[in-house]
Amino acid sequence: MSLGSWFGRIAFLALAVTLLFLTLPTVAIFADTTPAQLIAALGEPVVLDALWLSLRTTVVAVLVIIVVGTPAAYFLARRDFPGRSFALTLIELPLVMPPAVAGIALLAAFGPQGIFGVWISDAGIELVLQTAGVIVALIFVAAPFYLRQAVAAFASLDRGRLEASRTLGAGPFRTFVSVAVPGARPGLSSGLALAWGRALGEFGATLMFAGSLQGVTQTAPLAIFSRFSDPDGFTAALAISAVLIAVAALILLSVKLFGADRGLDRAGS
Amino acid sequence: MSTVSPAGSDRKSDGRLEVSVLSRLRDFSFDAGFRVEPGERLAIVGPSGAGKTTLLRLIAGLRRPDRGRITLGPDPLFDSEKGVDLVPERRRCGYLFQDYALFPGMKSWRNVAYGMRSRPRAARRRRAVELLARFGADGLAGEIPETLSGGERQRVALARTLASDPRILLFDEPLSALDPATRANSMQQLDLALSESGGPAVIVTHSFDEAAVLGDRIAVLDRGEIVQTGSPADISARPESRFVADLTGAAVIEGEVTGTERGLTVVAADGGGTLRSVDRASGRVAVSVFPWEISLEMPGETPRDSALNRLAGKVRSVTPIGNRARVGLVIPQPVTAEITARSAEAMGICPGMDLTAAWKATATRLIARGPHNSEQS
Repeated sequence: MSLGSWFGRIAFLALAVTLLFLTLPTVAIFADTTPAQLIAALGEPVVLDALWLSLRTTVVAVLVIIVVGTPAAYFLARRDFPGRSFALTLIELPLVMPPAVAGIALLAAFGPQGIFGVWISDAGIELVLQTAGVIVALIFVAAPFYLRQAVAAFASLDRGRLEASRTLGAGPFRTFVSVAVPGARPGLSSGLALAWGRALGEFGATLMFAGSLQGVTQTAPLAIFSRFSDPDGFTAALAISAVLIAVAALILLSVKLFGADRGLDRAGS
Repeated sequence: MSTVSPAGSDRKSDGRLEVSVLSRLRDFSFDAGFRVEPGERLAIVGPSGAGKTTLLRLIAGLRRPDRGRITLGPDPLFDSEKGVDLVPERRRCGYLFQDYALFPGMKSWRNVAYGMRSRPRAARRRRAVELLARFGADGLAGEIPETLSGGERQRVALARTLASDPRILLFDEPLSALDPATRANSMQQLDLALSESGGPAVIVTHSFDEAAVLGDRIAVLDRGEIVQTGSPADISARPESRFVADLTGAAVIEGEVTGTERGLTVVAADGGGTLRSVDRASGRVAVSVFPWEISLEMPGETPRDSALNRLAGKVRSVTPIGNRARVGLVIPQPVTAEITARSAEAMGICPGMDLTAAWKATATRLIARGPHNSEQS
């Protein structure tokens, strides 16, 4: 498409407007915060607690998603079984679920009055108003982002390579670890970035299921909202937002870099 | 699951491969039985969709037959009656995939070493480079497959295939992915791998010429069924059906038997021309003659031999293959003559030229148009 044609110029204009609209709010956050305000905000225990809690809960949630979700996605992608497309739809359901609905759903299932609430409390596990509850909520909303990408990545693997691994004496597990996962790495890491980003930004389900207790369940997005509700908390809210954006961008970037370097031998020697 | 472990044996040529399986595919059933002796190379030739790759996958354990038996010497690999079905990793089949299926992003030597789990870690790299060297590819040990050419990839894949000391070799279209210049060399590499192994080998290809070169024996596969087996020369000379004849590259001329004359069958070719054959037949026939049986003469030239079949034709194509040339003619049905590249040049053969195709009645096969008139031809 050439810039000389009228459609080329319109498409270019559309791209310019899109980029401007999507980046302007981000730029505004940094423009509205002076470095001094940022440092001052970061000194507040509420802010530090929230950021630290966000980091811990998202890391645990993402680890659980990777450990359970990777083999699950592999199975979904490479095996044909009755109900497979139904299972694929189920996995994507939380993607389209409004966060408030997700929170209610989690309460209905795992809350004190929920279907499994009794079993969970009998097992000595507390979720509501607990950090563990935050992690459950994060996994619920973020897992589909990883699973979708992982299923697509595993499904596009060349069958021949997986079979070659088997004929060369490797069992299904070694084939999964040595051939399937390295082959799917770009897709897996972009799924990881999306899921982590979603977990960092999680708000509604966490608030409804786990509450907003400083240091326990008040993650960074909840802290932003809580400061924003204060009469003079807008600056602090801005500061946390700035840090959250930086962290999210860092995660996205590093995961992308990790994914781009696929294969054992490409980066080294 | 069986307790029989072929992996426990270190003998290289420890048995004959016997296959007798039924496997329902989408459009037809794969129903074939054959034997391959240790050291023997069975080339299975058939058009695409005939079930060639399926056959290799059944042997390697990558696909489960509906019923039947696959045995290697005394060891069953699959036996539906006894409930034996060895997993692929325990069958020790050296499988050369059509696109080689090298692991991307993994250096060549690591690809080769992948199947060496039984060796100590330290010995693997040395052994891998050794194997690569056998195929003249030790210089590629540090390269990843993405940077290799088709021929180089095949060398690495061949080394990898041998690395796990396979008891059976399975080659899927080993030459089809290569350009003509690489093929001759690749042929030698394949030959080397086959003689290294010593076990039974099954090679599948869509090209009869490749099958003739790579196989000691050829089996022709059509829609999941082996329709003819024999030595390449045997199958070339006496195709049992038009399907086989077409596959072998013989020229097939359609016609009708009009009678006999001095003990020879006379055939009126569709579109014109009369042919004589020593074969007996009646009704509609396919007349087959091998390209190398046909000689070409300039129009008006005094006949050089006593060939009884002489048909004037027009050159349609000239395809050099090494020191030979295949000349496509219409007489008006298409036939192919194979002559030396030198005489093609001397005669100045080019498309559009008028020539006479001549061949003997003894070189003219008649195949009755029976029920096996494959629509795939």
